[in-house]
Amino acid sequence: MNIKENIKTLIIEKPLKLDCGQTISNFPLAYETFGTLNKNKDNAILVCHALTGDQFVTGINPVTKKDGWWTYAVGPNKSIDTNKYFIICANVLGGCMGSFGPSHENPKTKKIYGTDFPVITINDIVNAQVNLLDFFGIEKLFSVVGGSMGGMQVLQFVSNFPDKAKTAIPIACTSNHSAQNIAFNELGRQAITADHNWLDGNYNLKKTVPEKGLAVARMAAHITYLSKKGLQEKFGRKLQERDDLKFGFDADFQIESYLRYQGSVFVDRFDANSYLYITRAMDYFDLVKQFNGNLSNAFKNTKTKFFVISFTSDWLYPTQENKEIVIALNAINANVGFVEIESDKGHDSFLLDVPEFLKAVKNFLDKSFIEKL
Amino acid sequence: MKTEYKIIADIIENNSSILDVGCDDGNLMEFLKANKSTNIRGIEISKEKVQTCIAKGLTVIEGNAEFDLKQFPNDSFDYVVLGQTLQAFINPELVIKELLRIGKKAIITIPNFGHWKVRLNLLIKGTMPITNSLPHNWYNTPNIHMCTIKDFVKFSETIGFKIFKSLALKNKNISNITKSNLFFKNLFGELGIFLIEK
Repeated sequence: MNIKENIKTLIIEKPLKLDCGQTISNFPLAYETFGTLNKNKDNAILVCHALTGDQFVTGINPVTKKDGWWTYAVGPNKSIDTNKYFIICANVLGGCMGSFGPSHENPKTKKIYGTDFPVITINDIVNAQVNLLDFFGIEKLFSVVGGSMGGMQVLQFVSNFPDKAKTAIPIACTSNHSAQNIAFNELGRQAITADHNWLDGNYNLKKTVPEKGLAVARMAAHITYLSKKGLQEKFGRKLQERDDLKFGFDADFQIESYLRYQGSVFVDRFDANSYLYITRAMDYFDLVKQFNGNLSNAFKNTKTKFFVISFTSDWLYPTQENKEIVIALNAINANVGFVEIESDKGHDSFLLDVPEFLKAVKNFLDKSFIEKL
Repeated sequence: MKTEYKIIADIIENNSSILDVGCDDGNLMEFLKANKSTNIRGIEISKEKVQTCIAKGLTVIEGNAEFDLKQFPNDSFDYVVLGQTLQAFINPELVIKELLRIGKKAIITIPNFGHWKVRLNLLIKGTMPITNSLPHNWYNTPNIHMCTIKDFVKFSETIGFKIFKSLALKNKNISNITKSNLFFKNLFGELGIFLIEK
């Protein structure tokens, strides 16, 4: 990918000890910012992206030439208002939009890391990201915000750095990946590794891509981001550019065509090995276990004001799992608000035009900003 | 309504930690936040009302007080406030016990079903009373466990909690309820306000 010139990168010199035991240093962390950091440096919001997101939160993504993944929520006068706040987003460690990941060259072997890249965790991702605060001279974020895997990073961030965020908005997430979550991720990984072009992760050597496997992984995952009702309303049993069934295995149904399209555009922008690594990081995420079975202990030292948000039709990270975070916070009398937003759009609701959600985020941020906690 | 807020505020000491159970639009919370303590939180069952509270900058969780109070540890708050909602619960006894578990003190207000207008309404018309403060029909009222001021006093003895302050509100006038005037307060009070402890 000839994308380098559009990507801002911070080289992190300081050694970072990963959960897997390895230590990395002098590694790149790609990031983007939106809005302006004020004089007091107290208007910064760290946005954490989800599995297939990147640092190009809003506006036109210079690499894909498409809208940023959170254009509905982030921008001038939007929920996360770029006129007011300074938004920072980093491509996660292990990602494929410029941050240190499996598609980088291993200086020792002069080959692409592939599966020689260390297995990373949400904790590692967060510990890499915090360097951006030092880089910008920000002592304390106004907020740390993210949905799905981004929400997991929010939880881990506050746990690791209890005095570095005034507010936190974990959205549609969980404190530990469920068996079902792991199962879907494993399905995706198996699809990738079963592709004969994957070549044990060394596809780069043969200049191929495990396109089919990665596309199937994306298709399967995409289903989990939507709700049954949403799918039914959007597609039902509608046929794709034909009047009748063709008695074959082409995409007869619109939903088939839609999924195939989602799969095909995904392989153009995402690295298969990154997909393996990042889904693994999600599966390993277990803040409950990290604190010996008591999630409350993850937050016991923090004064951060939380706002937890879930969606009625999200069956991937259902309300109950989000509520467990609320319960853990209430158990230690932490400052926490919670709302479940009514939406048929499934887990993806947080990325879409869901007015009640966008309103809640805006109101929470704008009021908390005035409050000067 | 403002009178009720003022009475509640007067009971609460400055800078106490407060939980408003069934905080509705957050009007009481706003009042207490401005006048008593910024350490105030709410729980509300309606999504719409939670949104309203968030828009006011209040810390509120969406939840059902009948089931979701158990997440709070014992003595989490100095005061737990339950404003005119006790009658809407399926199990008021359980709710009261939960309030007294999570709060060091609880302030409960109840619309008085013993008020003479209510009594007269039933006596004369022979139908379930509909008044200004109880505007619903019997079949669509959320108030499934109405009680009178006298009932509540009796209830405290049955359940075993202490009433430290009991006030009756009538036409914006506030007065103490005592053993000797209970009959009259129960007849003329529109609202009962109680400060209770376990």
